[in-house]
Amino acid sequence: MKALGIILAGGNNNKMHELSNKRAIAAMPVGGSYRCIDFALSNMSNSHIQRVAVLTQYNARSLNEHLSSSKWWDFGRKQGGLYVFTPTLTADNGFWYRGTADAIYQNIDFLKRSHEPYVIIAAGDCVYKLDYNKVLDYHIKKKADITIVCKDMPEDMDVSRFGVLCMNEDSRIVEFEEKPMVAHSHTISTGIYVLRRRQLIEMLEKCAEEERHDLVNDVLIRYKNMKRIYGYKIDTYWSNIATVDSYYNTNMDFLKPEVRNFFYKQEPAIYSKIDDLAPAKYNVGANVHNSLVSSGCIINGTVENSMLFKQVFVGKDCVIKNSIILNDVYIGDNTHIENCIVESHDTIRANTYLSGEDGIKIVLEQNERYIM
Amino acid sequence: MIRKEMIAMLLAGGQGSRLGVLTARVAKPAVAFGGKYRIIDFPLSNCINSGIDTVGVLTQYQPLRLNSHIGIGIPWDLDRNNGGVTILQPYEKSESSEWYSGTANAIYQNMNYIEQYDPEYVLILSGDHIYKMDYEVMLDYHKEKNADVTIAVMPVPMEEASRFGIMVTDDEGRITEFEEKPEHPSSNLASMGIYIFTWKALKEALISMSDVEDCDFGKHIIPYCHEKGERLYAYEYNGYWKDVGTLGSYWEANMELIDLIPEFNLYEEYWKIYTKSDVIAPHYIASEAKAERCILGEGTEVYGEIENSVIGSNVIVGKGSVIRDSIIMADVEIGENTVINKAIIAENCKIGSGCELGIGEEKPNKLKKAVYAFGLVTIGEDSVIPSNVKIGKNTAISGVTEPADYPDGLLDSGEYIIKAGGK
Repeated sequence: MKALGIILAGGNNNKMHELSNKRAIAAMPVGGSYRCIDFALSNMSNSHIQRVAVLTQYNARSLNEHLSSSKWWDFGRKQGGLYVFTPTLTADNGFWYRGTADAIYQNIDFLKRSHEPYVIIAAGDCVYKLDYNKVLDYHIKKKADITIVCKDMPEDMDVSRFGVLCMNEDSRIVEFEEKPMVAHSHTISTGIYVLRRRQLIEMLEKCAEEERHDLVNDVLIRYKNMKRIYGYKIDTYWSNIATVDSYYNTNMDFLKPEVRNFFYKQEPAIYSKIDDLAPAKYNVGANVHNSLVSSGCIINGTVENSMLFKQVFVGKDCVIKNSIILNDVYIGDNTHIENCIVESHDTIRANTYLSGEDGIKIVLEQNERYIM
Repeated sequence: MIRKEMIAMLLAGGQGSRLGVLTARVAKPAVAFGGKYRIIDFPLSNCINSGIDTVGVLTQYQPLRLNSHIGIGIPWDLDRNNGGVTILQPYEKSESSEWYSGTANAIYQNMNYIEQYDPEYVLILSGDHIYKMDYEVMLDYHKEKNADVTIAVMPVPMEEASRFGIMVTDDEGRITEFEEKPEHPSSNLASMGIYIFTWKALKEALISMSDVEDCDFGKHIIPYCHEKGERLYAYEYNGYWKDVGTLGSYWEANMELIDLIPEFNLYEEYWKIYTKSDVIAPHYIASEAKAERCILGEGTEVYGEIENSVIGSNVIVGKGSVIRDSIIMADVEIGENTVINKAIIAENCKIGSGCELGIGEEKPNKLKKAVYAFGLVTIGEDSVIPSNVKIGKNTAISGVTEPADYPDGLLDSGEYIIKAGGK
């Protein structure tokens, strides 16, 4: 137990539009049967990190429900455990988390009372598989103060919503800009950091003293010349889901055999809360092509190039194309859904026509459900 | 120990030899069912849904799969500080050590387990039926009738009644007569093998019958209680209940799940069936694939065609392959352009490419005529079928088979290949 884990799951932004109205991004369903935070949690568990804190503040109901038992990820041991920290009122603090650094600082007792020498900080809104021990070994080998896990993005991709960095030949980070207007590199920070626990405590206390609250701007970028900050590149799949387009594309990536194989088949597995649903059922008229279908679904119509999350009911003569249908959606007969993301627990009446004409349409019908 | 009003004893030690190669290496209650479940999930889920949180599972035949499936009972919420699930295997005693020789003998040997909880009532269940039942309602009936023994019964067609233990009751529901597989049944109420005993009465019966060889509930304990003049009542149950003791009934029960609105519905929120889920990923249907009237498990990848079948989790169906009227259990790999008709393929089998299963005329099986019937191809777990072979009906295969095992590339109807060892 060389390290403890911190997952930053507080985030929310307007780039998710209506999808993040009711939940933190980390609680977004991903890949058919998972929630986004499952990836970070499973990576922690698979890296034998046993003590993990999840920091959250934006509409945490959905997330809390998902994390209500830690047994799915094999936490909840006598040594270690899964802790969910939301902002609390105390005699000397009445603030929300004013930033990522502040979120950790407000729970600094957790850090101080732990005995693990290192801390792994990960974001809850990314889809990836990573053995954090490899990063930790690299961190120790490089005698780094901070190690940032980073990834080269395709040249044609707009990286302006990420932290963009440049490294020298020794992989030491020489440039680091958060959300740059003009990016000078296509290497981005994945929001995964490794550092010594005492180092983190020291930096956070200094930050708090100076009324600074952001982990990236006020710690990483500020210390980039003073401290030895190294980059650890990953070349396996990594994706951040924090915009509607990237959320859509990340889910659609699972239709590719290599991505499916990486996450669904290769060990170690990604874990999630078990919902005890019956396997999916295809009735007469089911016509499914190039799609992923989760348990509890009942299909009577056509589904193409789509992802159906759990417990989706597709009525007769429906056509669903290039769409993502979130958990527990009832789709009435003869409905056409194309280029859409349908929000969970929704009920689509029969004979509805929904189509995203220029871009992905988010569907929030909120009709009452009489059936089932 | 906190006292429990009723605890359940689940008899899961039987081989289920009429399931042939399916139970060659697992006990019948551990046989997969419905694309995700194992047979024992049904009584276990019924227990927790009925509010029974203390269950003793009696195992004997090939218990490994059963033990690892049940574990400490997490999927059924039976991991408890008080009670929960306990696996009760035969054990060595200072004076003697014996196997469980009969259903009642198994309970007799575990009286200490029951005594720990000092229950008022004991529910006796078997691990080989598919049904949803609220045992609490049955207990209410037992109390209301002030019964010593309550036996769950269900009406069966009169012509089939001679296959069952038949109860004859008076207007009150009290059992007046008891017939085991009668030639000329005088009632059509068949015992479902589910009993509630007042523990005092059961304990007394078990002790007085302890010398009886192969002591069995149906053959010894119930007649003993009846003769002694105890109050035996029949509790009539009218829901879905299916004995899956033969390959034919096992196949049928699986196929019934595919019906548009199945009589036995697994999709209701109410009365969920729980199981250990090792695989949670969605399944994938490729562009060129087709799937209609079927149940598809998690993590399965379909590149071929599926019709009227129950497919388990992590199955791969290759391009151009067609599967009809079949049950494919978890982790089976099927090559390309293979046609499978009416087959039961157990876990972790590998079927080559270009094969044809379930062809030709039906002929009686040469090994066990009564077991391998119904026109089915039955393949035991971990078996391997080489590419480009043809397999007839009423056949059984177990083990790693090679092209040489198929003269002229054919296993004719009624033939079998049983290879010891396997993987």
